[in-house]
Amino acid sequence: MRNTDAPKILLAHGDGGLLSDELIRKTILPHLAKEMPSELNDAARLELSSKSICFTTDSYVVKPLFFNGGDIGKLAVCGTVNDLAVSGARPLALSLSFIIETGLEIELFEKILESIKKAAEENEISIVTGDTKTVEAGAADKIFINTAGIGIRLGEADLGFSKIRAGDKVLLSGTIGDHGMTIISQREGIKFETEMNSDCAGIAKLTCKLLESIKGIKFMRDPTRGGLAATLNEISKQTGLSIEIDQNLISINPTVQAAADVLGLDVLGVANEGKFVAIVSAESADDCVKICRQHPLGKEASIIGTILETQDVPVVEMITKIGGRRIVQMPYGLELPRIC
Amino acid sequence: MCLAIPARIIELTGDNAVVDAMGNHFKAKTTLLKDVKLGDLVLVHAGFAITIVDEEEARETWELIAEINDYNKTPNKISG
Amino acid sequence: MLDRIYKAQNLISEACKKQGRAINIMEVCGTHTVAIFRSGIRATLPEGLNLLSGPGCPVCVTDQSYIDTVLELADKSDVLIATYGDMIRVPGHGGSLETRQPANNVKVVFSSQDAIQIAKDNSDKTVIFLAVGFETTAPATGVIVMQAAREKIENFCILSGHKLVVPAMRALLSGKNDKIDAFLCPGHVSVIIGYGAYEEIVRDFKRPCVVAGFEPIQIIEGLAEICHQLVEGAAETKSIYKAAVTEKGNLKAQQIISECFEAADGYWRGLGKIDKSTLKLKDKYSRFDAYQRYNITETPHAELEGCRCGEVLCGLIRPPECSLFGKKCTPQSPVGPCMVSSEGTCAAYYKYGTRRKKS
Repeated sequence: MRNTDAPKILLAHGDGGLLSDELIRKTILPHLAKEMPSELNDAARLELSSKSICFTTDSYVVKPLFFNGGDIGKLAVCGTVNDLAVSGARPLALSLSFIIETGLEIELFEKILESIKKAAEENEISIVTGDTKTVEAGAADKIFINTAGIGIRLGEADLGFSKIRAGDKVLLSGTIGDHGMTIISQREGIKFETEMNSDCAGIAKLTCKLLESIKGIKFMRDPTRGGLAATLNEISKQTGLSIEIDQNLISINPTVQAAADVLGLDVLGVANEGKFVAIVSAESADDCVKICRQHPLGKEASIIGTILETQDVPVVEMITKIGGRRIVQMPYGLELPRIC
Repeated sequence: MCLAIPARIIELTGDNAVVDAMGNHFKAKTTLLKDVKLGDLVLVHAGFAITIVDEEEARETWELIAEINDYNKTPNKISG
Repeated sequence: MLDRIYKAQNLISEACKKQGRAINIMEVCGTHTVAIFRSGIRATLPEGLNLLSGPGCPVCVTDQSYIDTVLELADKSDVLIATYGDMIRVPGHGGSLETRQPANNVKVVFSSQDAIQIAKDNSDKTVIFLAVGFETTAPATGVIVMQAAREKIENFCILSGHKLVVPAMRALLSGKNDKIDAFLCPGHVSVIIGYGAYEEIVRDFKRPCVVAGFEPIQIIEGLAEICHQLVEGAAETKSIYKAAVTEKGNLKAQQIISECFEAADGYWRGLGKIDKSTLKLKDKYSRFDAYQRYNITETPHAELEGCRCGEVLCGLIRPPECSLFGKKCTPQSPVGPCMVSSEGTCAAYYKYGTRRKKS
């Protein structure tokens, strides 16, 4: 039965029939496409200017769907953009797959689509293909989004673990912990009002600028799940080198720190969605910081540490505010919030 | 022995308070305190305010901490 | 004012030289253990100062039998377990609260208030609140027990694992570890009990007892004060956490504890039986006592093979001296509670301890 004004997603919206078609043409495409495509083909055809491309995929299952500073849609676009960005690519196109639980309000879905559109425009990435499936109530948590993204690798970009050497510097593009702590603050059971905002943002324009202006960028990564601690430990493990960072040089928003203190969490292990870590040559470090700070997403960028030769085992170690030392471990799972 | 954070009382009805910790708002009970009022700075542990913080005394520590934070902000002390 | 840190550090160095032997200071607070590690203070202390971690982690000193009792109760179909997060990963026989199936009748709460609300919202179930913690947390339990009595919330009870700090300090000095020269006393327990509560340790054992807060500067100054007292040969109880700790403590909170609880003999992991060291609900509130309601008696368990948590808790060994540490026993696969609990000494050593040789 045709019901063009269905306020909720129905199972039939995903079955490839009339309702599916309507959902695509009347809800999804108007929100996402710049112009309505004359054909809806099974695959997008892209003419690429280079054979050197980067290709990434991700799934987004964030809960809650909407949070201070973003939502699952914005996250899906920015997350994909950022994976391409830290691989040394200029993002070009992405695919969007939705898995939607029956009963999701169409209005909510439209809000997510609007958010996706805005994020795609801001980050200059085109949404070229997609898919929509629906599942019964309970088989998914409202909506899951999967993306795949393509970018053209910048000629100047020659990034990899193998490029990292002792003496290189660790660049961090801004404050840490904002995204993860914001999400936690809106979780059932903990929920509290806060001034925190997720830092969800696409960093490609900044990373491309950096790569085009500076020689000596060896490696980049966006510190998402597991935060800065996970990223640094990965680098240490893969390279067999050690890393020393200085707590005084790491920027943390005081509201984020206070929230982490309440829950007993270590901000170093909390996720970020609009930041990157770069390993750069010592000679280029100052220039890198200068370029970052000229960009709105890099205003608090700084060199936070150095890569060192390993003495016995590769470690990530931090000089603390009072001049002490402690190890920064790979975070284990989701740390239990402490009470006593 | 247990995590307790300083927070300011921004709402108070009976023994039900809302406290502000650097921009985060939490519910807290003031059942364990006598003579607590709006605007007091308290230590909150497991959802209960366990004491009113003496701000004069606390100020000294905060200033020290701020100094430590400031002092160390500029020179890059990492090795290599 | 950074001079104050240097001054404190110098004082500590001087004291160590004057003593002519290592100074052993025990910190009796899991939050101190973590704070000390996170701020890297150990690396700034001189060779002659040994900072021992003690039985200050409530989860770590909870005997195995308590966890096994909890796991048994959790299996009852009409029971909901309400617990602070720390408890859910502690391994018992047959898993932990986190890993056992089904897991849906365990609710993590951040306040005892949440526990009693769960009881109100689920009148068809009995909510058992795992009341674990020291004197800082006991009043919060007392408040909800009194509320349950007042509002006749009968589908609610507590399994009390509350413990008292001063009896544990006595037990340590009376035989478990008499090499302790002084105590760095817990900041927030002292908010409740007052720094005067440590008078008896000073009087009977002549050991300095200094209460410090959790900022690194406060901890360093606390250690400096202790060293000063040791050098002068004059032990006293003192608080340098003046913003929050008074001599008498929080009297209202103490009243709530004594309204609901009485001190009873109890078993501490690693320390064994300590007289009048645990809190048991008084008879007038016995209907909220899960031990009474379910007719439970607990027999303390032997430690798991190779586990030396007991010695760690008494400050007799450091975690790396246990052969399981970092090998069979890690945060990902913990053998004993000192590795499971986020405030456990072994977890702290593993997570934050430096493994690079000091330069």
